Amino acid sequence: MFSNIDWNVIIRSLPYLFFDGMRFTIMLTLMATAGGIVIGTLLALARLSNIPGLSQIAGTYVNLIRSMPLVLVIFWFYFLVPYIGQWITGASRPIQVGAFLSALVTFTLFEAAYFCEIMRAGIQSIPRGQVQAAQALGMPYWTSMLEIILPQAFRNMLPILLTQTIILFQDTSLVYVISVTDFLGAASKIAQRDGRLVEMYLFAAVVYFVISLAASYSVRRLQNRIAIIR
Amino acid sequence: MITISKVSKWYGKIQVLKNCSAEVAKGEVVVVCGPSGSGKSTLIKCVNALEPFQEGTITVEGISVGDPKTNLPKLRARIGMVFQHFELFPHLSVIRNLTLSQIKVLGRDPKAAAEKATKLLERVGLGAHAQKYPGQLSGGQQQRVAIARALAMDPIAMLFDEPTSALDPEMINEVLDVMVTLAKEGMTMIVVTHEMEFARKVANRVVFMDKGEIVEDAPTADFFGKPRSERAQQFLSKILQH
Ligand SMILES: Nc1ncnc2c1ncn2[C@@H]1O[C@H](COP(=O)(O)OP(=O)(O)O)[C@@H](O)[C@H]1O
Ligand SMILES: [Mg+2]
Repeated sequence: MFSNIDWNVIIRSLPYLFFDGMRFTIMLTLMATAGGIVIGTLLALARLSNIPGLSQIAGTYVNLIRSMPLVLVIFWFYFLVPYIGQWITGASRPIQVGAFLSALVTFTLFEAAYFCEIMRAGIQSIPRGQVQAAQALGMPYWTSMLEIILPQAFRNMLPILLTQTIILFQDTSLVYVISVTDFLGAASKIAQRDGRLVEMYLFAAVVYFVISLAASYSVRRLQNRIAIIR
Repeated sequence: MITISKVSKWYGKIQVLKNCSAEVAKGEVVVVCGPSGSGKSTLIKCVNALEPFQEGTITVEGISVGDPKTNLPKLRARIGMVFQHFELFPHLSVIRNLTLSQIKVLGRDPKAAAEKATKLLERVGLGAHAQKYPGQLSGGQQQRVAIARALAMDPIAMLFDEPTSALDPEMINEVLDVMVTLAKEGMTMIVVTHEMEFARKVANRVVFMDKGEIVEDAPTADFFGKPRSERAQQFLSKILQH
């Protein structure tokens, strides 16, 4: 099977692979990370709050999501989101949602559970004295969170948050189950069409490897810099 | 101005404050001392509601601290607090540490807040360090910034919780000097400290605590002259030996 390798197929399909496939992959990764961190942080605050019930609700959600395979959640949301949309807007029939939006909602809500646990650990790592100092200056809850606690928690957790993002970057390839074309999907399509499985899958592997490795390397450098600042 | 009346507090089943009462008049400086674990920090943190208490009342200028209807952020904004471990905000520059709550809590104009902050930094001898981060300062400098930060809110009273006990010996005086000046200017202060020289110099009264109780509350001269309680005498003789 290695006898007549044709590397040209890669060159020929580069624009499609990157402008269609990789663009989708990166957009999904970045948007789901941003949304996931925001929702995850709110979940973390809910988990740490002493408002009756709130902590339990958030905790149940997080544990539920974290005990489920991502593929299952993707399927689920794909079939469920139209009905949720219908319920929210009160429309008479299920709202048609594009595959991208469905994938984005899924990954955001799925990652939120993981970001929640990271941010919770980050918030708990801030000494109680910092909270008290903010309170003693008269800051209400949200001011002390937004100005004092969360910035420090976020900075301390940045390497772990980014590592989670790298995992997400790889996990986005699972969108193939709802027939969305991400980078791997694009490579796969060409591979099938031109019968160039070896070339395309090898190339895809190399691309994922290089990007993930470069990202992890940057995270490690960042980690060292944060350690110095602290 | 500050009235503590029959305050008791429990952590679970353990009682850490037992029926504590004390009064601090405007312009008074009260030093609180006592063995470690006697409840000194807990008591002064009850004054600005950083710690809740189960029994008794505390009022600050007539406002009840324990009342659920009291606007606590508003009350706390009027009482300055200085902590043992400084608790400056490490992710903010020194000047930002001083302006943040002026702007966010008091609603001051950022320019006015910065002017006030600069003046206060100069007053504690740190005018040149405004743009630095807390981590770049020595312990004594950090604590002086913390005092300036509290003063930036124009507090009606200041609480100090062992402000010098985390400092290297050579830095203690630079912080005490600032506090002495403040006391002489008439600031109402409750100071938890074992710096007996400081107490002698500026305190109107000394409160001695042991095992959650206020054992003695006496004018400074009386306290150092002849403490009435056995426990205070023992404590004093131990601490003055150093
Ligand atoms: N969060 C807490 N939970 C349980 N016990 C506590 C807590 N904080 C303080 N204590 C206890 O309360 C008592 C008084 O503590 P504290 O006010 O810090 O004493 P001091 O400041 O005089 O050294 C101590 O016995 C301490 O162990
Ligand atoms: Mg203490």
